Amino acid sequence: MTDDGEDKPPRGEHDPDERGHFGPYGGRFMPEALIGALDELSAEYDKARLDPAFHDELSRLLSGYAGRPSLLTEAPRFAEHAGGARIFLKREDLNHTGSHKINNVLGQALLTKRMGKKRVIAETGAGQHGVATATACALLGLDCVIYMGEVDTERQALNVARMRLLGAEVIPVKTGSRTLKDAINEALRDWVTNVDTTHYLLGTAAGAHPFPLLVRNFHKVIGEEARAQILELTGRLPDVVAACVGGGSNAIGIFHGFLDDADVRLVGLEPGGKGLDSGEHGATLTKGTPGTLHGALSYLLQDADGQTTEAYSISAGLDYPGVGPEHSWLKDTGRAEYRAVTDAEAMEAFQLLSRTEGIIPAIESAHALAGALRLGRELGGEAHILVSLSGRGDKDVDTAARYFQLVDEEKL
Amino acid sequence: MTGLGELFERTRAERRGALIGYLPAGYPDVAASKELLAATLDAGADLVEVGVPYSDPVMDGPTIQAAADAALKAGFRLKHLFEVVESLSARGGRAVVMTYWNPVYRYGVDRFARDLASAGGLGLITPDLTPDEAGDWIAASDAHGLDRIFLVAPSSSEERLHLTAGATTGFVYATAVMGVTGARDRVGSGAAELVRRTRAHTDLPIGVGLGVRSREQAAEVAGFADAVIVGSALVSRATEGTEAVRALTAELAEGVRAPEPAAQPS
Repeated sequence: MTDDGEDKPPRGEHDPDERGHFGPYGGRFMPEALIGALDELSAEYDKARLDPAFHDELSRLLSGYAGRPSLLTEAPRFAEHAGGARIFLKREDLNHTGSHKINNVLGQALLTKRMGKKRVIAETGAGQHGVATATACALLGLDCVIYMGEVDTERQALNVARMRLLGAEVIPVKTGSRTLKDAINEALRDWVTNVDTTHYLLGTAAGAHPFPLLVRNFHKVIGEEARAQILELTGRLPDVVAACVGGGSNAIGIFHGFLDDADVRLVGLEPGGKGLDSGEHGATLTKGTPGTLHGALSYLLQDADGQTTEAYSISAGLDYPGVGPEHSWLKDTGRAEYRAVTDAEAMEAFQLLSRTEGIIPAIESAHALAGALRLGRELGGEAHILVSLSGRGDKDVDTAARYFQLVDEEKL
Repeated sequence: MTGLGELFERTRAERRGALIGYLPAGYPDVAASKELLAATLDAGADLVEVGVPYSDPVMDGPTIQAAADAALKAGFRLKHLFEVVESLSARGGRAVVMTYWNPVYRYGVDRFARDLASAGGLGLITPDLTPDEAGDWIAASDAHGLDRIFLVAPSSSEERLHLTAGATTGFVYATAVMGVTGARDRVGSGAAELVRRTRAHTDLPIGVGLGVRSREQAAEVAGFADAVIVGSALVSRATEGTEAVRALTAELAEGVRAPEPAAQPS
């Protein structure tokens, strides 16, 4: 506790400023009606960070419920296709609920209880964040409403059923592009109406301050574990860390383990959809320009008038025209680099990992795998590449079966 | 004195509320939106808010969302906004613009302010820009003589009411209920309380928005606020045509001219 009596943890070197700015990005471009709730969340989070009981409870849930630490698995047969590089997978797919999303969800659900709120709302794209949120709400006795674009409820029907089994109400969103962006719009409309009783459990490291900071911090465990594990296994740091970037939560979590290791390249893989020149992609950092969406200034896919343009990806979890503000800052400073991977490249990597390692990845994570294949071929022999395998692919079996024509279309 | 200052000086002298009507530019198309907004002014609105259709209107309910979608599908571009404002100011009408922030940011904040001022617009209402992030806009509005109308909400702390009212010029926009835009059967009971709390921090006029749709509600709000802001109800009428907009505006204009004495706090 400092002399001025502020209940605030010290600001870390990589933390945003007091008002949530990473360089020029981030901040709060939000209606006044929600500023009070964001202030309340910031204050509660600051208190929780200084409270050993909060850390103890979160650690207990992460180890005794979510299954942390997650494994680090070398993928030698997969790596044969990567120019001789060694490839290591950080196995977030093995967490309870099947992706990294549970890390952030457990943290925010505990904050919800500390704030005395009983109801949680969330958006979901692929359904991974929705499933994780529904799970945490079931565990902690919170009411749960999930907004999901209608297009996504169709392509991720299995996850809709999972959320309902867990007791959540799933509301298909029929406005706009009927995907993740519109699910966030609808969740924000709910939040502004019910803010006294409700916490908006945002699922990615985007949105208004303090979301990018707290979501990142809850996912930092990915990078911290992976750094220790790879040092133990190989005796040295990796040359490259690769992760997929939609909103960017798993990427920011794993990158943070290595930010201060200047020799480790951080590479984010964005959804290139049908190709960067096709107009059908979600490569926000590669092709976007700065603008405000969902509460933060960050790179954005937009037209000359500032209207958001629709993103496209075969992967519902990456199908988002914005990105977390810290990624925009890492791009501008050059600390991280961002590249696009097309649907076809991602699906090729999806199939290759399945067949060479017996691991079916989420299509989101397959973008990182495709990036690793390309990086390995560029770097050659001695390179060590760490990949964030952010989720498992069970939810994508239907999409993959259609893509590879594995079953009779009529019977799906 | 700004155009808005003169307006509120007059309505205060007449011991009545001002009527502010909102309609989106470009809905149902650009030409028709000019006519609808002109009809609103002719039928008794003291000021119009010209809305900018936006792809992600997170503060709007279904009525205004649908109108924004329709305007964008019909080809609305930002250049049309300035045309619409100019058409109103050219005939002596008062207009401010209401817009989500990204279109302004993307256009260039100073450039937007310059073009709005030269079209005769009086200011900007910014539902997702608070004074905390408004450094560029405060400088540009000062440079181009525009009013900057920030919003307060029932959830605003005293500290935030003070900050917001201090950064505002023209009038303070009080969002009467927590929620998205849309006509409501009853004026939120928190509206009078929010106006009372805001007055403790400013002498600026205060307009109340969100939900008003009838003469009675307009009279009720005019009893405790300086301006009654009507949006979704007018947008609904706009789908029926100019006459429907004119009729509702006339009804509301009667309402603001017969303010009900505010109920005394019990």
